[in-house]
Amino acid sequence: MTRRWTFSTERRRLLAALAGVTASWLARPAGAGRHEAVRVGLTPVFLDDQVAFLNTWRDYLAARLERPVVFVQKGSYREIVDLLRQEGLDFAWLCGYPYVRHRAQMRLLAVPLYRGAPRYQSYLIVPASDTRTRSLLDLRGRIFAYSDPDSNSGYLYPQFSLLQAGENPARFFARSFFTWGHRKVVEAVASGLAQGGAVDGYIWETLRLLHPQLAAATRIVDRSPEFGFPPFVARAGIPKRDFELAQQVLLGMANDPGGAGLLQRLNLDGFTQGDTAMFESVAKMMRVLDASHVAAS
Amino acid sequence: MLQLRNLSLRYKIPLRGTVLVLITAVIVTGSLIFREYDELKQDLLVNAASLGRVLATTLVTPIAHDDAWRAYEIISSPFQPGTREHAPQSAELLMILDPDYRVYVSTRPTEFPMLTDPGSISADYRAVQDAIRARKSAEPFPLEIAGSETLYVITPIIADGVSLGTLVAAYSTTGFLPRFFNIAQRGALVTLLVLAILLPGAWYWGSHFATPLVQLAENMGKIGSHIPADTELEIYESRDEVGQVGSAFRRMVSELRRKEALEQEVLLSERLAAVGRLSAGIAHEINNPLGGMLNAISTFKRHGNPDAAVALLEEREACGRCDLPNRLVLGGKTLSLLERGLTQIKDTVGALLVEARADSHPVSAQDIEDTRTLVQPDVHRKRASLDWDNGLREPVALPSTLVRQVLLNLLLNAVQAVEPGGRVACRVYRNSDTLVLSVGNDGAHIPPEHRQVLFEPFTSGRPDGHGLGLWVTYQIVSQLGGEIAVASEPGDTRFTVQLPVAPPVS
Repeated sequence: MTRRWTFSTERRRLLAALAGVTASWLARPAGAGRHEAVRVGLTPVFLDDQVAFLNTWRDYLAARLERPVVFVQKGSYREIVDLLRQEGLDFAWLCGYPYVRHRAQMRLLAVPLYRGAPRYQSYLIVPASDTRTRSLLDLRGRIFAYSDPDSNSGYLYPQFSLLQAGENPARFFARSFFTWGHRKVVEAVASGLAQGGAVDGYIWETLRLLHPQLAAATRIVDRSPEFGFPPFVARAGIPKRDFELAQQVLLGMANDPGGAGLLQRLNLDGFTQGDTAMFESVAKMMRVLDASHVAAS
Repeated sequence: MLQLRNLSLRYKIPLRGTVLVLITAVIVTGSLIFREYDELKQDLLVNAASLGRVLATTLVTPIAHDDAWRAYEIISSPFQPGTREHAPQSAELLMILDPDYRVYVSTRPTEFPMLTDPGSISADYRAVQDAIRARKSAEPFPLEIAGSETLYVITPIIADGVSLGTLVAAYSTTGFLPRFFNIAQRGALVTLLVLAILLPGAWYWGSHFATPLVQLAENMGKIGSHIPADTELEIYESRDEVGQVGSAFRRMVSELRRKEALEQEVLLSERLAAVGRLSAGIAHEINNPLGGMLNAISTFKRHGNPDAAVALLEEREACGRCDLPNRLVLGGKTLSLLERGLTQIKDTVGALLVEARADSHPVSAQDIEDTRTLVQPDVHRKRASLDWDNGLREPVALPSTLVRQVLLNLLLNAVQAVEPGGRVACRVYRNSDTLVLSVGNDGAHIPPEHRQVLFEPFTSGRPDGHGLGLWVTYQIVSQLGGEIAVASEPGDTRFTVQLPVAPPVS
């Protein structure tokens, strides 16, 4: 984790050095006219594999923003974060963890409301056939599935829990692997490939509605405390007008029929402006984890 | 089997045709199945090898990055729901082994979890592990394990010459079976179809082929009690072998018919000859005394006083059998002469009319012995020996007089037939249901031409016989429902009489 952090910092410096040369390219989205597309990065913090739904949502946003909208989807959170920090994206739907880590380079746009509040939990799941596991500590020496190293619910929280319990997260499991998506954590646990997994509670609940059989193949062992819901963020250099328009559109979604329908399909209730304090618990866990890495290295 | 052999050609030929079609169908279907198995296996190996190569190449990056989930997704991709049932050739299990031969990931994670040693789970995989250790090739290779219904195709995952692991694909060979059943089923269907087309033809052709033979057999069966007329014969007309046999048969039947007609003619003429001989014999027997009597009456009429005159009849040559005295005294002697002549005629006629006499008692051993006593003087006269074997122990329900007469006739004939000092043998014994009288002698044998008329009257083989003895014997034996047989060869002539008897009289 520390290594990656260093690497990112270096890249930032390099980019800064090249800023002069690439200023015109980088500035292009900022100074974009009405015809320039709004680039929105998406991560698997929601069920990002519903192409038809995404097209509808894109058209909805484009109509409201009066500009074309392009959704950018990548294999990991990290690529989206990097693109956003390089200002290759205007907005992104990120997890709370990368947001608190790169808070300085992005602006909080809006936080979705799930079950009426901008909060969610991390679930610890095991295969439904496993009826004995009572807690994360029962999975010692087993095979564990994380979703993404930049996920709060799918990585940071279970790592933090193990540290809190005095365990070494790197050695606790016989083997762990990343599935690069919450839904795939559920699949890995359901198939028996992993004997335990950490998943975004919102995703699991939504899967239970859309794919009950898949969710039913897993059992929830533990639910984490509530964290700030994965937020929408904007690049640091976003023009004020674009930022406000986008924020208006999101916050207003719940109030018009088209937006409400889309929110329903997302299993969300709406958006709130949100503030940094919502993610303080995530930031605290991050600091604990980073400290352990520093200690380990 | 025997029933099958006895079956008419009418059914045998079409049946053989059917069996031939069935055998052909079974062989063709069998070879098709065999070929299909071969092709299926080849296809499977080729497909498995190419799938292995593709997957192994794709897996290099995830394994190098230790991305177990991605590797799992890749090997699971052939197992999308719905694809398995329709593809018997798809693998039932894919597994990646790490360089330590442990499970990296498998498509059945609950059965083969990550990090486990598959050899400890299934013996098959111990063999797979050994095969991987032994074979250091980069190419996919198949592995068949004796006693296992699974075929393994093993593909090493190699990047830059370094082995990252091994992909093992397991194929169930039982998946072939439904396919074979399908082929066999189709083969059976086609066979039935072919049979449906060929059978009526085969039956028609077979019966067409068999009909002339069957006709011929039926015609031959008709020969026996009578010879069928030409109109009764239905002969297949052709120049082939069956036709030739038919024509030959027709010729044979007409020859038979001609022969039968000839036999009838011969028989008729022989019968007429026999009647002629019989009447001639009777005429002679009666004519001789009649001649003597007429002479006596004529002499008597000429000389008037029968008591005064004694006439000497001229000695004249008469036939050898005539035993009238040569001299007669007219008068009282004339009457005596007439009486004797008439008596002789009566005797002759009486001998011709043989009848069972009612006063007979059941024949006993004593009756047989009496007969011996009767012939004894003749035997002595001939200085012959008599071989006597009387096997009768209890009386037999047959008229004694007739049996005695038959035995006496046969014995006298035999004694007369032997040369002086010859030998006569007589055996009388009881079989279960017959009384057997067997009389043999070593005299001159009866020539075949004489044997035919042996039992006719007045056909004696001897110059001094009257030819009635055997005829009478034959009549008596016939009346008693028995049989008389003669066997004669130089040095041994034997008459055997078999008389049927009721159960022994107690």
